[in-house]
Amino acid sequence: MTLHSAKIGQPVSRIDGLAKVTGQARYAAEPHPAGMLYGFIVNSPIARGRIETIRDEAARAVPGVVEIMTHLNRPHSALFEKSYMDGLGVPGSPYRPLHDAEISFNGQPVAVVLAETFEAAREAAMLLEVDYERWPHNADFEASLHQKYMPSKTRSNYVPPKSRGNAAEAYALSPIKIEGRYHLAPEHHNPMEMHATTVIAEDDGTFTVWDKTQGPQAVQAYLTSALSLSKDQVRVRNPYVGGAFGSGLRAQHNVFLAALGAKMLKRSVRITLTRQQMFTHVFRPEAVMNIALGAQPDGTLQSMIVDGVTDTSRFEHNMENLVIWGLINYKCPNATADYKVAPRDTYTSSDMRAPGAATGVNLFEMAVDEMAYACNMDPLAFRLHNYSDIDAMHDMPLTSKALKEAMHEGAERFGWYNRPIAPKSMRDGKELIGWGMATGIWDAMFSPTSARATLIADGRLHIATAASDIGTGTYTILAQTASEAFGIPIEMIDIELGDSTLPECPTEGGSWTAASAGAAVWLACQSLREKLFKTLGKSGNISAWLTAGLSNNTTVLQDGFLQDKDADENLRLSLSEALSLTGQDRLEVEETAKPGLRGTISQMRKARFTHSAVFCEVRVDEELGIVRVTRLVNAVAAGRIMNPKTAASQVRGAMVMATGMALHEESLMDERVGRFMNHNFAEYHIPAHADIPDMDVLFVEEKDREVSPLGVKGVGEIGMCGTAAAIANAIFHATGQRHRSLPITPGN
Amino acid sequence: MRQFSYSRPDTLDTACHTPDHTRYLAGGTNLIDLMKSDVERPEHVVDLSALSMSQIEERPDGGLRLGALATNADTAAHPLVTERYPLLASAILAGASPQIRNRATNGGNLNQRTRCHYFYDPDMACNKRSPGTGCSAKGGRNRIMAILGTSDACIATFPSDMCVALAALNATVHLTGPEGERSVPLRDYHRLPEDTPWQDNILRTGEIVTSIDLPPLSFGSHHTYLKIRDRLSFAFAIVSVAAGLQMENNTIGKACIAMGGVGTKPWCVPEAEALLEGKTPSPSLFRDAAECLLQGAVTDRDNAAKLKLAPRVIIRALSQAAAGTPQSQTQKTIF
Amino acid sequence: MTDVSVTSPCRLRINGEPCTIDIPPSVTLLDLLRERLDLTGTKKGCDHGQCGACTVLVNGKRVKSCLILAVSIPDAEVTTIEGLSRDGQMHPMQQAFLDQDAFQCGYCTPGQIMSAVALMEEGHVHTREEIREFMSGNLCRCGAYNGILDAIEQVIAQQQQDRAGEAA
Ligand SMILES: Cc1cc2nc3c(=O)[nH]c(=O)nc-3n(C[C@H](O)[C@H](O)[C@H](O)COP(=O)(O)OP(=O)(O)OC[C@H]3O[C@@H](n4cnc5c(N)ncnc54)[C@H](O)[C@@H]3O)c2cc1C
Ligand code: SF4
Ligand code: FES
Ligand code: FES
Repeated sequence: MTLHSAKIGQPVSRIDGLAKVTGQARYAAEPHPAGMLYGFIVNSPIARGRIETIRDEAARAVPGVVEIMTHLNRPHSALFEKSYMDGLGVPGSPYRPLHDAEISFNGQPVAVVLAETFEAAREAAMLLEVDYERWPHNADFEASLHQKYMPSKTRSNYVPPKSRGNAAEAYALSPIKIEGRYHLAPEHHNPMEMHATTVIAEDDGTFTVWDKTQGPQAVQAYLTSALSLSKDQVRVRNPYVGGAFGSGLRAQHNVFLAALGAKMLKRSVRITLTRQQMFTHVFRPEAVMNIALGAQPDGTLQSMIVDGVTDTSRFEHNMENLVIWGLINYKCPNATADYKVAPRDTYTSSDMRAPGAATGVNLFEMAVDEMAYACNMDPLAFRLHNYSDIDAMHDMPLTSKALKEAMHEGAERFGWYNRPIAPKSMRDGKELIGWGMATGIWDAMFSPTSARATLIADGRLHIATAASDIGTGTYTILAQTASEAFGIPIEMIDIELGDSTLPECPTEGGSWTAASAGAAVWLACQSLREKLFKTLGKSGNISAWLTAGLSNNTTVLQDGFLQDKDADENLRLSLSEALSLTGQDRLEVEETAKPGLRGTISQMRKARFTHSAVFCEVRVDEELGIVRVTRLVNAVAAGRIMNPKTAASQVRGAMVMATGMALHEESLMDERVGRFMNHNFAEYHIPAHADIPDMDVLFVEEKDREVSPLGVKGVGEIGMCGTAAAIANAIFHATGQRHRSLPITPGN
Repeated sequence: MRQFSYSRPDTLDTACHTPDHTRYLAGGTNLIDLMKSDVERPEHVVDLSALSMSQIEERPDGGLRLGALATNADTAAHPLVTERYPLLASAILAGASPQIRNRATNGGNLNQRTRCHYFYDPDMACNKRSPGTGCSAKGGRNRIMAILGTSDACIATFPSDMCVALAALNATVHLTGPEGERSVPLRDYHRLPEDTPWQDNILRTGEIVTSIDLPPLSFGSHHTYLKIRDRLSFAFAIVSVAAGLQMENNTIGKACIAMGGVGTKPWCVPEAEALLEGKTPSPSLFRDAAECLLQGAVTDRDNAAKLKLAPRVIIRALSQAAAGTPQSQTQKTIF
Repeated sequence: MTDVSVTSPCRLRINGEPCTIDIPPSVTLLDLLRERLDLTGTKKGCDHGQCGACTVLVNGKRVKSCLILAVSIPDAEVTTIEGLSRDGQMHPMQQAFLDQDAFQCGYCTPGQIMSAVALMEEGHVHTREEIREFMSGNLCRCGAYNGILDAIEQVIAQQQQDRAGEAA
């Protein structure tokens, strides 16, 4: 069988797939070093106060228990002295597990049982008795709103809203107005794999840490800082990550606690959170947005006023880009927005898939639908009428925006143009049928990333970068990139990711990995290829072979062979032969892709976004109000698509999560104690097979040479943005009833 | 999960004579779950699986006997059940997931405990789990809690789907204990919480459910199990209704109806059934039945939606039963 | 590893191999596989029967291994994802999952595959709706549901073809 080079843009099956379907892929909780101890975290049942006494006799009496680590006996860590800030850069003072007796959120770890078996650790955790002094707290979002504020120091990626015109006056003068309070319930990421860390205490005193993270180098930095170790003493690995959706952006408690336990006992330690404990850390903040829109009777938007609040903890100021999206995406002469955060006594909310936009775009797009109806216009026509070709908030050109094309192609595919405008005008038996749509927008980001390419003796190409594949298809698209850039079949490529020792790569998230790591791999392969030719040219050995018909300037590297592009196919040299001719046993290069590369435009001069148009059909039982999503079409403009197969899966997956946002997902806070009470998969409902229809994802052509070196924008988040609104809007079209708070659950 | 001793007796007699703080283990899908959550803390676990109680057999009176250890999956798939008691098969298939139904037993289903968030969380006060500590669900996040049969001490629902059909079908539960055998109508098996919510049912120490009898009773196609939940599958009921009507010439003969998701036990109101009997199906008749079934309903902070939904679900279920168009558990359209 | 509490004997056949081990009765089948036998292909997504990641076959039937005490199923035949491929040959369902991109992070995947294999045996595969309902005990947070359905339908189609081939 001849093997051919894969190309960027082909629907290649996942190269990590074999390991995953056979159960061979090992996730963070799955290495099992000899003598490993199991850690089990004990959580605070109160939201604020302090630990008075810890009675651990019964817990220690459980056979197999080795230690119970609390703030009283834990070893010292540098984390306790200085305020460490992680890569997310959330201002405030990050929570320091087991620092002292003070409790600042319900679910806060107060102890870690370390035992020889999982069963012993779990039992001892149940037997530990802790007495608390309770202090008053507030965990109610609504009650916290009057304390909303703007942090004096903002998150580094925060984009302040920018006003234009005079929104208040224009609103007052607008003949057509809508105004509403839109709300999103808090949600938990709930990746299928629970957060876990296995710390392997190596014989030489170093630590190898398997963690469920989106950034092995970020966790390494965290641990070196926390434990005062040097970089070569801590290696962090995450070759497989069972989903994360943002929950792996920050090092979670388990990382630090497992490392602390390993340091204390000089033994390997693993801590896995329970599903219940997955509700004791990050979550998507609860949000309210007051949106007022004014328009002319012909549907021309005159004014947009957005005022939004998300929650944060008392100790950190988490922020989202919540209110800007409508201002960016719509042409409208007058617009203003305001954003604040409201503190409550919980853990700090954090980034969850398409942070800010998932909430902000969906809620805004629900308001846009209301406005379209107020103007008696088709919602798609209304959006086209107010279409902006630029970033209307910054008055800045865009690298590309094929949203119009997406709208048309999506509408075509869906059959939108046959839609009767009036709500409640389609039915089938007892079900009302509704069609809704919305647009989506998300940042197209690019961050400096390095990659190494190595040609080794057996002719295989080895690619390495510290990126993470959290289900994103990174292994596969990087293999495709290397295959095309170097000219070697994908079967001859090994991709190594998920290891802090590899060339630098920022934490996976925000859909930038494809563009950034892709560019780095492309660069590295190109320069490795040059290096190979150059080295070959220098070495005398090749001359004999060259005289046989190949000349230096017509020689190409293709499908893993050096051959003359015009000459006989048999006259070719395998990569291992070529390498041996150079007299070296490996050739290696490392390259870094930076913004500005290959004509990419700096963020200061052009704005860059991914766009989408989502169309949805729902069926709603007229009497019972039960909603079924029966069709979803998403037309995505995301620049160049590296692998339509994995990219479509990414978009579909986000659409599933957005369906949850629209209909199912809600973490129920019992504000009396500050705990999310439905802390399990039976009562926190994520969509199941039965909830999800066949989803149609199409990628519209969008050539964009400026956004990133390969023209790639990334597809991980865009499916979140717009889909929930399309569902809510379809429900309105079916029933004539507006819902302004998500999720829309039975009986509401 | 705390340490416990484990045994697997092979006679009913040995199994009945157990020390204090024993829990019986059948499929384990509820007990193991609760032990991991530190809600159940048995010192002894007596595994019933070696007892021969998994038969499904015809009774001389034409009824059916379901062994307590027959799995929910086998029960729902058994030809005698699908032919004669499709309502029961449908209710079973509306619950849990195939994997759980493959393990869950009929006896275990009867004795499963509430899904109240607070019951499941040992950090929270709960009278059912820890008598006398109070009820955190009251005034808390209680959208899944009951609106019927509640007391000051407890407002938790009994979560089973299967038992709702069993209640509608007027099944009988057979028990064997240290003091011998007895039988109880299923409708009397589960208890109202009153001021002793920790007693879910009338089972005494050492007693074992051995089988469940279904009376000879046929509704033809005039039955339905209609379950409303937060997602379209694999979720507990917000409101469910099991209904069977014996129809003769467009007149309701015997009427059987029970509700799930709303009551602290499978909810039956004989007056509502009587009200239907001898009448011609009509929306107003069904409305009256709904009103009768829901009499005395009390809502708390988050669960008013149940009261809004419940009458509609009852009316729809009765319409389905009257029309002879039972709800499919795979086709999600509600006819 | 030292077993530290009172143990009971546990006798099983796992992927065709006999397995005899003394364990505390509180050890679930899932934890036995993952922590004591290093069969980590079976995943833990909730430990409470709520996600399906831990699905294995016990005597040919799909069950959630997190809710089974390992000592309570004496002599049972347990099949895990590791036992599905034979002689290095993937099971058709594994191949179909690969072909249809029926996963992303891969964490729910072994459970989905085991469930799908049992589903085929049960025969609940007449319509896409039926497959959806009978696969609903396996959650996928990555949302690979469409691909999973396509994979199952690929195997159904293959089987039909094979049968037609045999008949011809
Ligand atoms: C994720 C999940 C979702 C579920 N969804 C649903 C649903 O939608 N609808 C639904 O109806 N159910 C649902 N269930 C509950 C499931 O049906 C029950 O867990 C199951 O029926 C219990 O049966 P078992 O044999 O496993 O019981 P076990 O867990 O073995 O026992 C449960 C209780 O019954 C006692 N017991 C068992 N057998 C006997 C006996 N013969 N005599 C006396 N006492 C006995 C035990 O001591 C124990 O207290 C769900 C369960 C889970 C885990
Ligand atoms: S409703 Fe019942 S089960 Fe729930 S907390 Fe109150 S007493 Fe406990
Ligand atoms: S781990 Fe068993 S069902 Fe989730
Ligand atoms: S593939 Fe990630 S949870 Fe299913």
